[in-house]
Amino acid sequence: MKKSVILGVATIAGLAAGAAVAGTVDDVKARGKLNCGVTTGLVGFAAPDANGEWQGFDVSVCRAVAAAVLGDANAVEFVPTTGKTRFTALASGEIDMLARNTTWTFSRDVDLKFEFTGVNYYDGQGFMVPKALGVSSAKELDGATVCIQTGTTTELNLADFFRSNNISYEPVPIETNAEAQQQYLAGACDVYTTDASGLAATRATFENPGDHVLLPEIISKEPLGPLVRHGDHEWGDVVRWTLNALIAAEELGVTSANIEEMSAGTDNPEVNRLLGSEGTLGEMLGLDATWAQRAIKSGGNYGEIFAKNIGEETPIGLARGLNAQWTDGGLLYAPPFR
Amino acid sequence: MTTLTDPPKEHFRLSMLLYDTRYRSATIQVIALIGFMLLAAWIISNTIQNLEALGKPVEFGFFAEPASYDINQRLLEYTSRDSHLRAAFIGLLNTLVVAVLGCITATVVGVLVGVLRLSNNWLVARIMTVYVEMFRNVPVLLWIVLAMAILIESLPAPRAFRGEDATASMNLFDSVAVTNRGVYIPEFLFSRSLGDIHLFGTSSIRFDISLDLIAVLIVLGGSIFAMRKVSAWAAAKQEATGDRPTIWYINLGILIVPMLILLTILGFHLGYPELKGFNFSGGTHMRNSLIALWLALSLYTAAFIAEIVRAGILAISKGQTEAASALGLRPGRTMRLVILPQALRVIIPPMISNYLNLTKNSSLAIAVGYMDITGTLGGITMNQTGRELECVLLLMLVYLTISLSISAVMNWYNNRVKLVER
Repeated sequence: MKKSVILGVATIAGLAAGAAVAGTVDDVKARGKLNCGVTTGLVGFAAPDANGEWQGFDVSVCRAVAAAVLGDANAVEFVPTTGKTRFTALASGEIDMLARNTTWTFSRDVDLKFEFTGVNYYDGQGFMVPKALGVSSAKELDGATVCIQTGTTTELNLADFFRSNNISYEPVPIETNAEAQQQYLAGACDVYTTDASGLAATRATFENPGDHVLLPEIISKEPLGPLVRHGDHEWGDVVRWTLNALIAAEELGVTSANIEEMSAGTDNPEVNRLLGSEGTLGEMLGLDATWAQRAIKSGGNYGEIFAKNIGEETPIGLARGLNAQWTDGGLLYAPPFR
Repeated sequence: MTTLTDPPKEHFRLSMLLYDTRYRSATIQVIALIGFMLLAAWIISNTIQNLEALGKPVEFGFFAEPASYDINQRLLEYTSRDSHLRAAFIGLLNTLVVAVLGCITATVVGVLVGVLRLSNNWLVARIMTVYVEMFRNVPVLLWIVLAMAILIESLPAPRAFRGEDATASMNLFDSVAVTNRGVYIPEFLFSRSLGDIHLFGTSSIRFDISLDLIAVLIVLGGSIFAMRKVSAWAAAKQEATGDRPTIWYINLGILIVPMLILLTILGFHLGYPELKGFNFSGGTHMRNSLIALWLALSLYTAAFIAEIVRAGILAISKGQTEAASALGLRPGRTMRLVILPQALRVIIPPMISNYLNLTKNSSLAIAVGYMDITGTLGGITMNQTGRELECVLLLMLVYLTISLSISAVMNWYNNRVKLVER
């Protein structure tokens, strides 16, 4: 028993030692691969397709970063993480960045020592129930059994929501979205709650999506974004500005269709700076001049990524809503490339 | 005349530490110990330094913070405003519940299967062999997940019980509801309850003890004591006169009558589960996470216990059975009075490690969402506070304590039943 204590401590010491190392950019370049943490499978956000290729909204962020740093959008090792394992995986250095519907909160940023590099989806927690239940508001859920992914902010919001509304519920904690889906469909829980986008994505995979409704209440703010370890600012900058490049590209009208001709140079100096035909932004990041070009080419600009993976044309069918550009009344607002 | 000379007095020299066989092994052990301690010290200081560098010094203050999450199965009162320490305590009780239930069931099933596997009945013996081989050769996690999947997929949801054309109905005179959210059984209620004793004020380990339960236990203890007195009186009479008085109805009366009187005074009645809203309410809810975990752990461990029991029985020489037969004991009594008591000394030591295994395997609970201490302290609390080292160390300490306690109890029992050699 004593030995296992020592080994346990040794493991943790090893993890901690790994975490303290800076220079992730160099590590990734030396490895030739980006280790990116994603969900264990949420269609539209991160899930392997029929060929075993990871696809999705969060996956695209990983691919854009890999394209910017390594020049190859496929040089990504996707590491599936659960709500419980994701932070340990990132803190221990097992993954370089986490793009997994993770809510940016104060304590995760400050206390857990992570750095959120922006928001790629503004979300909120919702409830899904079978239509047959005849429920039209979350406040009617007194006594209901609720499936909830353990280790998430939604677990805490749920407790607060029911307590503040003075109604009771029975939580059924589960590890992954797939388990939640199984329990929900079998009727082992009445309600499934998670981020509204996740609910829409889950519902899209059901046999009869029309039999289930999302309740109108959105009980929390869930700004979801990629995050990296605290302390390695160069790496944080790379991830942050790759995400910003995707968002700015949409705002500036750079798409995967016209990026080739725009790279040659345009009248708009900001486009030129973004795509590297003017200025030395890439060099400042420690990358080459065409880093953003490659990132945008890997999956298109933010709008294209959104439309392809979770937009209204897809089975998931999410409207842009808060995730429209600020010029269209949304919250997406990339700082200037200057 | 002979003169005796003392052998030359040996002076201790430093080189003797290495070259003298009397000291050598001690020297090597001391060096190894120092090396080991240096290694441990290096690991600990490395950990602390790295955590400092990461800005996460080791501290346990977060335990007093509100946990902010709910736990479905709670033996004591708990809300999301209680502290992380309280949540860990609730989780610990859940671990203990499943461990105790599991150990008892595993022992009963294991002993039964172990004995039956030696049966002369070909079919029974083969079926038991199949059971043992199936269960102990598949990882317990798979059994847990399988049990859960069966419970969820095959049983009716509570809404199937509702309405005129309900597809499911309650069992045992409408007293037990078997659903895919668990089994609801009647609960014991007292309309003239004596109340509770509150222990430990408002601290994190506060709990209430029901005075009703204490009263029931006292009466039960008194009855058993009286029954033993009656039995002793009957035995004495048998010794003296050769006649054994019939006492079973006296004993039955002593057992039942005081208990009935007490229960009537306390206003004992059963609370039946009832479908209300989304779920059954009333009654005791045994969640299917508990049932799945309990079932899988017990059946898995019972397979090992069966083999231990079989080994223990086979270790007793055939002569014992033959001697018992020669005395005219029937096979059942031979097993109970002659073989098992001797087999126990072989059975108990490996049994201890199986109890320990079961308890430690209960940490797989999170696979089915059972909120044991690994799920609360080592799961949600660790995740929400980001205090991995503190939580894991504490978790290890808890399991170590539980395991050592089980060992201590079982060793005491082992000492009691082992053959007294003269």
